[in-house]
Amino acid sequence: MAHPLTTQGGAATRVRRVSPAERVSTIVRLVTAVVVGLVMMFPLYWMITIAFSPSADVVSRELHIWPSEWTLENFRTIFGNFPTVTWFGNSVVVTAIITALTVSVNLLAGYAFAKLDFKGKGFVFLLVLSTMMVPVQVLMVAQFRLVTQLGIYGTFWAVIFPSAASAFGIFLARQFIIAIPDELLEAAKMDGAGTIRIFLQIILPLCKPLIAVLVLLTVMYQWNDFAWPLIALKDAELFTLPIGLLYLQGQYGADYGAIMALALLSITPIIIMFLAFQKYFVQGLARSGIR
Amino acid sequence: MSADTSAREESTGSTGPPPSPAATYAAGPARASRQQRSTGAAAGFLGPNMILLGLFLFLPLGWAFLISFQESNGFGASGWVGLENYRRLVTDPTFWQSALNTAVFTLITVPLSLALGLGLAVLMNSVLPGRKLFRTLIYLPMVISGIATALMGVLLFDEATGIVNKLLREGGLATIPWQSQGTAAFASIVLVTLWIRVGFNMVIYLAGLQGISPELYEAARLEGASSWQQFRYLTVPLVGPSTFFLLIMDVIYSFQVFDTIFVMTGGGPGRSTSVLVTYAYENGFVTRDQSYAAAIGIVIFLITLVFTAIQWKGNRSRDTVG
Repeated sequence: MAHPLTTQGGAATRVRRVSPAERVSTIVRLVTAVVVGLVMMFPLYWMITIAFSPSADVVSRELHIWPSEWTLENFRTIFGNFPTVTWFGNSVVVTAIITALTVSVNLLAGYAFAKLDFKGKGFVFLLVLSTMMVPVQVLMVAQFRLVTQLGIYGTFWAVIFPSAASAFGIFLARQFIIAIPDELLEAAKMDGAGTIRIFLQIILPLCKPLIAVLVLLTVMYQWNDFAWPLIALKDAELFTLPIGLLYLQGQYGADYGAIMALALLSITPIIIMFLAFQKYFVQGLARSGIR
Repeated sequence: MSADTSAREESTGSTGPPPSPAATYAAGPARASRQQRSTGAAAGFLGPNMILLGLFLFLPLGWAFLISFQESNGFGASGWVGLENYRRLVTDPTFWQSALNTAVFTLITVPLSLALGLGLAVLMNSVLPGRKLFRTLIYLPMVISGIATALMGVLLFDEATGIVNKLLREGGLATIPWQSQGTAAFASIVLVTLWIRVGFNMVIYLAGLQGISPELYEAARLEGASSWQQFRYLTVPLVGPSTFFLLIMDVIYSFQVFDTIFVMTGGGPGRSTSVLVTYAYENGFVTRDQSYAAAIGIVIFLITLVFTAIQWKGNRSRDTVG
């Protein structure tokens, strides 16, 4: 079956003569969709506009719906006065390590929950799932003390380990792997393959779409993560972009131009990724329920 | 989501395993009998994950319980005080204000995101030129970070220089005190949350709608049912499973909204937008009353657990527990 995005739903699949009434109703729907689209895009449009506007535009009481002149002044500010490049690099490094770590261990665990039989499986799975929705505010005090005790407070590792300990990937991985026919695994077993070889040579190659979804969602989630890095990091040099943004807001207050320039810079990689791999994103989000 | 929906999504664009619904649902007792006990191998595969989860999730969870029974002493550990922190919660007006705000916020945002999500899904499932583009525009906000979104909210709703008030002024209307008045501040948070959230609701409802056979609508039309009747008596009941799934997900999401409030209002003005998660953070890392913060965290945990349990119950048919 086709992807939800490309499926022709409802009326579209039927071949019928288009009556004037239907044409009017299509126009009404189109107008509604255009209005909705404009409302959804306006905040982004405005962010871009302000990022390229001179500061005078923002503070003036006049209405500018378009920059009075296009300027890179705000970008010069964030690159000149703040460690923007470092923050960007920090975000890349932290996101990459968390993603590699969490996706690998979740694939392994997903396989165990889907295809291996062991004592207490149902209980362990329930235990793991019960933590899936727990917000960081429940754990933050204890996690903060834990990373302090481990001597990693303020380092990347303080962000990485608690963030990589996430159960949502296990759920998705199990759901996907359980659908791989047992006959395939049985056949391999007949040929004398052990559990590890089955995982490496049969499961993993079939899991490419799953891995794509897991990687994309984890990258998105970690790139955007705010609450835990806010607690775990202390030196401005080690901030990730979201914490850098908050820091910039603290320093520059109402200089919306600079703040929007950095905000724009921080969301661009994820938006490009989203547009390039939209299908996987939508699938993964729909299936996991994680935003 | 219904079993039907998830099975179809399973097959969505995957080049991997042939995930027929039959394969998914045959995975029951038959499979277990065919498999040898392989606890040793399972331990190897689960091990890395269990170490990570054990150390950085389950340990802090248990620790949080312990801390909530201790006295606050900056960031350090100190003596046991039993239920003292919880006793304090019961008589703390700010806690109750935050709990009330959380409930009101959830009661407002959840029905609105459900209704908007369903409305948009129906629209995006109909004959519409440029449908793909519109869908993309609606779920784009989902991938944008909470902090960037919240800063956009600050920019739009700034009382003095924000575009919303500038437009109102330009139109000769009264401007809205987004920062200085509680209700207006609350409304600005609701609007930003809906902007983030409708896309997700639309995605789930679209999947639900596409599981409905077009013949049903054809039959209804032959019976003379109006568009509204078709929507009310066919669409709404048939997307019931999606609604249930979304209801729980949206409740959990709204209940845990942090970034938006933290950045846009910081819980203010006064306490008018303070919610449980922001109040917990404030106690833990601003006033550094960490034991009290842990106690609030435990309350949040218990409420989350209730909703997660409801979600499972509703999902029993859809393979959840191995």
